[in-house]
Amino acid sequence: MPSLGADMDEGTLLEWLVKPGDQVHKGDIIAVVDTAKAAIEVESFHTGTIERLEVEPGQTVPVGTVLAMITEPEEVAATPAEPPAVAPPAVARHRQKPRPKKAPAARRQLPPRAAAGEPRPAAPGSPLVRHLAQELGVDLGTVPGTGPAGTITRADVEHAAASAQPEAARPTVTRPVPAQAETMPPQAPAPAARLRVSPRARRVAAQLKVEVSGITGTGPGGAVREADVRRAAAGAETAAAGPPQAAKRAPTATASERTPAMRLAIGRLMARSKHEIPHYYLSNTVDMTAAMAWLHQRNRELAISERLVPAALLLKAAALAARQVPELNGYWDNDQFNPAAAVHVGVPVSLRGGGLLTPAIRDAAGLPPGELMTRLRDLVIRARAGRLRRAELTDATITVTNLGDQGVEAVFGVIFPPQVALVGIGKVIEKPVAVNGMVGARPTVITTLSADHRASDGYTGARFLTAMSDLLQRPEEL
Amino acid sequence: MTPEHARRAIEESIGQVAPNADTESLAPDADLRDTLELDSLDFLRVVEELSERTGRRIEEDDYPQLATMASAIKFLSG
Repeated sequence: MPSLGADMDEGTLLEWLVKPGDQVHKGDIIAVVDTAKAAIEVESFHTGTIERLEVEPGQTVPVGTVLAMITEPEEVAATPAEPPAVAPPAVARHRQKPRPKKAPAARRQLPPRAAAGEPRPAAPGSPLVRHLAQELGVDLGTVPGTGPAGTITRADVEHAAASAQPEAARPTVTRPVPAQAETMPPQAPAPAARLRVSPRARRVAAQLKVEVSGITGTGPGGAVREADVRRAAAGAETAAAGPPQAAKRAPTATASERTPAMRLAIGRLMARSKHEIPHYYLSNTVDMTAAMAWLHQRNRELAISERLVPAALLLKAAALAARQVPELNGYWDNDQFNPAAAVHVGVPVSLRGGGLLTPAIRDAAGLPPGELMTRLRDLVIRARAGRLRRAELTDATITVTNLGDQGVEAVFGVIFPPQVALVGIGKVIEKPVAVNGMVGARPTVITTLSADHRASDGYTGARFLTAMSDLLQRPEEL
Repeated sequence: MTPEHARRAIEESIGQVAPNADTESLAPDADLRDTLELDSLDFLRVVEELSERTGRRIEEDDYPQLATMASAIKFLSG
């Protein structure tokens, strides 16, 4: 179960798009996973043959759980370092004997990207980490390492300590490599406030067209069970005329069901951001006369389907400015800033049922405005339909939020960790502006920057907003 | 195009973009974009759908006339 965003602790496998024996290539979509926020398409991180599926549709498992085993053909056994003697005997390694004819086939567990295929723990951690583990009472043998070559880092130990209370005794055998995709500071275990509905109950509810959020559950922990659903359906005298659902796919939570869980996930991430990141804020009023004139002219000449909205042009300008000021494009990780090679712009998309998702447009700075617009439209449609891909939710190197359509003049946003900057764009409004001593009505927009003071100073942030403004004065070059 | 046809075209176009939108109980003078929470991308899709259904190219300068159901019907049937 890969991490599909910094705020995810667990996921529910909704659907397998492959079966054992299928050939998959790195990047192929192989499963659909449901998180607190949305259904996400997950791709294979490896090329090979699906050996077996470890998780059933409908099952909810923590981040790091093995979803499937893939056999890599012609793979030079990718297990360089055998674990030192400290590795506890309880660790299951899922390395099976190679099949007779396919000579050296190494197994790889699906999600862990970093040290995939390597046995864990490859290294017991530095003396400092060992010391910390001792202090916190953490058994290093049970801690998944996320450092280079599976090294256990300080954050791993802290994370293990934070999530230890209910899980300390869990045998490691069931989760061979719970490697997390990101090195994250410790987070408290998620409060179990999500509406609990058994998969079967959910399926029956869908068939009977009953809204599960309105049902009082009688199962453990107030979980809604099938009987509860049937009782509610009978009470409401709802006709059970719904067609039987396709058997294989576990039902997706509806938007209204998802809202409380999504609010929690958003709340946790934003609280973490405000807690950890010393934000500073800048704003600038940009003259949009040239940009709007260029846009109108272009839109008059092209087919409606190729029209640009101002949001797309502003997005492009922000992406290019981020390329010019690389100090704002990347991640704050392990007490240092790591600039990103390309600009992947995260775009918050509000969902119809409430809440938001922030998928990324890859290499937005390198796309012509028309192409950027196409991607933007596609992303919004898929975000709302629950068909985003994993990479789209984890790739963003900077976020650009636009609330102009909602009528606000300026937005001062909260940075999405581990990113270090968020650009806010307001509504394009005609305002009195003095140019060469003459006041006239001109379209303007307020651009803002929320930035991480650990990674940059106001001076750098100012360069960004100025660059963005300059770019918008030459729209034909965007 | 008759007002009835125009109304149906508008409702169908909105239905494509915002499937859960309740266009029937919409007040004739309510702002479509605000009431139905359509952002600029949604609105562009509505315009695109509407243009296909009516066979008429709708320019950006025409957008103000699509602000409400009443004005949009008038614009398309005029």
